[in-house]
Amino acid sequence: MAHRLLRARADGASLMGSPLWRWLGLVPFALFVLLFLILPVLYLVQGAFQTPQGQFTFDNLRALASPTIASAYSLSIRLSLVSAGLGALGGLLVCYALVHGGLPAWLRHAFTTFSGVASNFAGVPLAFAFIATLGRLGLVTVLLRELFGINLYASGFSLFSFWGLALTYLYFQLPLMLLIITPAMQGLKREWQEAAESLGASRAQYWRRVALPVLTPSVLSCFMLLFANAFGTLATVVALTGANFPVVPILLFQQIRGNVLYNPNLGFALALGMVAIMVVTNLLYFVLRARAERWQR
Amino acid sequence: MRRRQVERMRRWPLLSWSIVLLAAGYFLLPLYATFQFSLGMQRGELSFAAYHWLFGSDRFLDSLSYSAVASLLAILAGTLLVVPTVYWVRLKLPQARGFVEFASLLPLIIPPIVVVFGYMRLYGDGSWLPLTTSDGRLDLLLVIGYVVLALPYMFRAVDTGMAAIDIVTLTEAAESLGASRWRIVVSVIFPNVRSAIVAGAFLTLSISLGEFVMASLLSRPAFGPYLVQMGQDYAYQPAALAILAFVITWACMALMQFFALRKPGQRVLPRLWAERTTKKEREVS
Repeated sequence: MAHRLLRARADGASLMGSPLWRWLGLVPFALFVLLFLILPVLYLVQGAFQTPQGQFTFDNLRALASPTIASAYSLSIRLSLVSAGLGALGGLLVCYALVHGGLPAWLRHAFTTFSGVASNFAGVPLAFAFIATLGRLGLVTVLLRELFGINLYASGFSLFSFWGLALTYLYFQLPLMLLIITPAMQGLKREWQEAAESLGASRAQYWRRVALPVLTPSVLSCFMLLFANAFGTLATVVALTGANFPVVPILLFQQIRGNVLYNPNLGFALALGMVAIMVVTNLLYFVLRARAERWQR
Repeated sequence: MRRRQVERMRRWPLLSWSIVLLAAGYFLLPLYATFQFSLGMQRGELSFAAYHWLFGSDRFLDSLSYSAVASLLAILAGTLLVVPTVYWVRLKLPQARGFVEFASLLPLIIPPIVVVFGYMRLYGDGSWLPLTTSDGRLDLLLVIGYVVLALPYMFRAVDTGMAAIDIVTLTEAAESLGASRWRIVVSVIFPNVRSAIVAGAFLTLSISLGEFVMASLLSRPAFGPYLVQMGQDYAYQPAALAILAFVITWACMALMQFFALRKPGQRVLPRLWAERTTKKEREVS
């Protein structure tokens, strides 16, 4: 009796250990990913290469070069470049000041904590906060006008324009940069600076020959991440401009809602273009990060 | 002498201070402006009228609770999906690790608007799996979408949590005591990664609670679309909503941090020495 029980257990165990059974454990996850991530995207990709009647065509991709769509891509890319550039530069400066600037440690903790919150404080509420600050009746706008006689909106600035959006994006870009560049900044060992100085290098020489070459891959990889972050931003733009600022996600949003391009398959091509840009950006990010991590051991 | 030179540079960090103060101003000014604006609903005095208005509004409470329920369901479903998978891959299928990691990171690369666009076309009217044909099914699709959004964060949290414990030894010990596979996951593995899951859950919550794109395109009565509508219709309430959203995000992040740094089996309110070890841990990491 006991013998038979043991045999059954052993059989069960060998069944559990067989390769096929092992792969079965992956089925729920693989099925979910296939159904709700991979297939929907493949469906759009396939549709991008078809006419509405289902024939193969490159016309949709060619139509991406039409003035409306090309200008949307150009606007999106410029806005992402500017906000990622400002975010990366600003984040780098603040991070340097906090890590190597001789400031008290509590300040760094405060900034790290705040950055964790601010990098997630995106979307619609962020737009509201900036309307209350720099909108037509915003605090800063009013103060500048009443105290200094500067009329922001008369001088050409608008929160609902390119630079207004860039300034708003900066509110989540800068903290994100601060968070992801900190490990690289801490990786700049003080010994390196001391070694350079004891060999007679000036501060500028240390920066040009040692610190910047070590930091560059990290900064570039972070820049890529910020670029992707800005490129996908949609809710903030909707809340600020009421979907009237024609970046690519907005165009796609309107197309999904009301087929404004009068060709459903052109919408698929638009989505494909977005995915392509995100894939390229993220690949660059991973490659650069792998290079950067050499110095962080 | 050189050391003294370095010290002098560190004692007089004027440039550092001005950079940091400028950044702090940029971060704090919008928050102050928003808060002040949110108090201005009653002419001539500062009051919390906008907040009173919100908490007396059914649409505010309904949309917020709708989004909270959708987020919680997504966290639950995500946990059920991710925990057994990560456990199984670590224990029996290390060769599938690359695939699972890659699939979990995909939602960071594919924008949510593309994902939901795919859903609407692939699972629309006349599909073999119609998920957009009734309110209940659209609710389901929204929760599925939030699970996808949460996947990268849940995966990373759970994977880190499991790396910290010896799951092979724990599994063998449980097996030798006669526990079934399911029992091992539920009563041995799960309690050990509970903190990691809760940490991932709060991050997910902060993302999906005010999520706009998916909810709006699936026409769900969620908090995100409600926020946009409020921004179009009112002046002072949106400022109050922004302050509330900031407070909620802050709470989510603080709770995430707290649970992420907690060790398995540690008490909820750490003693003083535990505080010190977490600080040291932070420095090491």
